[in-house]
Amino acid sequence: MIEIPDAVTLARVQFAFTITFHIIFPAFSIGLASYLLVLETLWLRSGKAVYLNLFRFWMKIFAVAFGMGVVSGIAMSYQFGTNWSVFSDKAGPIIGPLMTYEVLTAFFMEAGFLGVMLFGMGRVSKSLHVIATGIVAAGTLVSAFWILAVNSWMHTPTGFSINDAGQFVPVNWSAIVFNPSFPFRLVHMVLAAYLTTALVVGGVGAFHLLRERTNAEARKMFSMAMWMVAIIAPVQVVAGDLHGLNTLEHQPVKVMAMEGHYESYPQGAPLFLFGVPNEAEQRLDYALGIPWLGSLILHHDPDNPVKGLDSVPDEDQPPVAAVFFSFRIMVGIGLLIVLLGLSSLVLRRRRRLFESPAFLRTAVAMGPSGFVAIVAGWVTTEVGRQPYTVYGLLLTADSASPIDTPAVAASLTAFVIVYLIVFGFGIWYLLRMMRRGPVETESRPNEGQPKNLHSVLMTQPPGVGDDHV
Amino acid sequence: MFDLPIIWAFILAFAVFTYVVLDGFDLGIGIVFPLLGTDENRARAMNSVAPVWDGNETWLILGGGGLFAAFPLAYAVLMPALYAPMIAMILALIFRGVAFEYRWRNPAHRSFWDRGFHLGSLAATCAQGIVLGTIVQGIEVEGRSYSGGWWDWVSPFSVMCGIALTAGYGLLGTTWLVLKSTGDLRERAYVLARIAAIATLGFIGVVSLWMPFLSPEIAARWFTFPQIVFVLPVPTLTTALAALLAWGLMTKRDAVPFPASIGLFGLCFAGLGIGLYPYIVPRAISIQEAAAPDGSLQFMLIGAAILLPMILAYTAYSYWIFRGKIDPDAGYH
Repeated sequence: MIEIPDAVTLARVQFAFTITFHIIFPAFSIGLASYLLVLETLWLRSGKAVYLNLFRFWMKIFAVAFGMGVVSGIAMSYQFGTNWSVFSDKAGPIIGPLMTYEVLTAFFMEAGFLGVMLFGMGRVSKSLHVIATGIVAAGTLVSAFWILAVNSWMHTPTGFSINDAGQFVPVNWSAIVFNPSFPFRLVHMVLAAYLTTALVVGGVGAFHLLRERTNAEARKMFSMAMWMVAIIAPVQVVAGDLHGLNTLEHQPVKVMAMEGHYESYPQGAPLFLFGVPNEAEQRLDYALGIPWLGSLILHHDPDNPVKGLDSVPDEDQPPVAAVFFSFRIMVGIGLLIVLLGLSSLVLRRRRRLFESPAFLRTAVAMGPSGFVAIVAGWVTTEVGRQPYTVYGLLLTADSASPIDTPAVAASLTAFVIVYLIVFGFGIWYLLRMMRRGPVETESRPNEGQPKNLHSVLMTQPPGVGDDHV
Repeated sequence: MFDLPIIWAFILAFAVFTYVVLDGFDLGIGIVFPLLGTDENRARAMNSVAPVWDGNETWLILGGGGLFAAFPLAYAVLMPALYAPMIAMILALIFRGVAFEYRWRNPAHRSFWDRGFHLGSLAATCAQGIVLGTIVQGIEVEGRSYSGGWWDWVSPFSVMCGIALTAGYGLLGTTWLVLKSTGDLRERAYVLARIAAIATLGFIGVVSLWMPFLSPEIAARWFTFPQIVFVLPVPTLTTALAALLAWGLMTKRDAVPFPASIGLFGLCFAGLGIGLYPYIVPRAISIQEAAAPDGSLQFMLIGAAILLPMILAYTAYSYWIFRGKIDPDAGYH
């Protein structure tokens, strides 16, 4: 028999669903905005058309992805109140101001200068235009700073006290912002965004190289993307390891779930490569592990004792399976990305970077892998901190709004339908634009209209002329 | 008198008003979108707001985020009370927001996304009007949370507010088009603006007469001496601006109707504020009761004091870059 989920579970599903869709777009915008800044700067420095063509191509894609990020972000900013009102009342005095700073320092900057960046070429000078691009790129990073400060504070709360009304109130803002897990999470996430974007750019470049080996734009973007992957992927492995050690210090139970350590290991823990968590029996079935390696990775000493979930009451444990599997997906993809970067270095040295169809096909296949890794990583960290919203202090079950199950179920259904339509089409349009490649679309005979109306493409700016305002 | 909660109430009121005016005109364009006649007119109307719409919508995030941060209790009580209209608004804004980009992506899908733009704008506006009406008429509160059901927001007053706001945003949208367009689009915008102006002024009258009947407190504020001396300028100025709007629309002074409409919105907003003060959740939770601790408000005020003027400056600059009439030939050569 299927159990009817309660309102809290439905609210959690809704949050997970909407934030999973949302995270894809900001992650892509963070990387792409910086890439656009690099392209425009290179164009202004060198005057080479290849950079301008690439800039225009990726800018159109950025416009679509950014719009999807904005609208899915509005949903996030109100969901705290609609579905998690008790949490909002209690944590609002701490995380509300941080989110307000995100709006004031990042969202307005991005939105204010995005118009100039998308539609301002020809209306403002070249140097002002590149400044606008730079501000948009900076805005995406500032936004990541604040929202990850919020998220990290919920994982490792510091710098607060609790008042008579049960609210978390600020005592020390720098302790709140620079809480123990924040620097690690910020670095890990921003690198993930850059890596994900590099994989997309590389995948699109490889796709066009497979069609036409001499395509100058495709060669340039593929080469740039592979440099990025080769350099950033190993750095990300180190950053991820440090983030993991930080989690071990502050949220050891999460690490037990990630590792599948149901038992404690007084003489050194194994590293489980695979297994199937069995919640009922509290053990890892079909476990395939390497002895002592777990202790070696977690404590840099093979004999170090490691505590397991048997030391934690059942009600304080996160759902192990989701954490265990998502962690393996993230790490597995991460290692593949490192391998891709290393292969690119070898091929580049042999001057065969653009020549190996197998490598190009691999790069195409790996194009979306960064998004999968990001979502898997978020599942690991967010499911891993259950059953709490504010870690160790406020239970998820005590955070939800006093809303009836049918209302939450109805809104969840509406979100799923709208998101599937809107983001389904959006992703399809993005893929079409990527497939078409960096060419001047207006000269294409198979376009449905003589010239794309959208001003992004226009060399002539809209509405130059009389000033009636 | 001007302690931190009051200052933040003013900042939030300013953010919400800025949102209403700015997103009001681009939602208004969505409301009248099917009535613009030709695809060319629709493209020009859309292009006139494309560079600014997401900046406009950022004020909504500031309004919501600011309420969450400065008055977490009010946010926690209001959002569950407004559950259905809030979620409808969010989904509608998503639909219309993506249409700005999507309608150019595939000509075969254009009519679908144009309909999405229209219906999304219409639904978002209605939902916002209903939210306003629900807040004004008051909601059930027990302790620190909302205690009503999830259909409590349905009432003749809230639904009427939804329709009234549709007329009002329609007025902002059409007068914006009057300001920004030429030729056939301008002519059509004038016709639509006149209809929207009559409807808006009618609704302002109805809401003004209805509101005092919602609670004796509101009535006392408007109709007893000496308060009446302080509130009297509001209806007086409203009448003057209505006359200015009518004159601008009749004599076709392109630059007059849009600012006059913004002025009308400002006065209605002031009237609402007078009716609701000192409550943030009417007749249940006051501004002071809902306020976050001073430590939170102070920390944010430093940022707001520095950043809001900068935001207003570069927003104005961005409007300045895209000033003037939209070129009728843009994109057609």
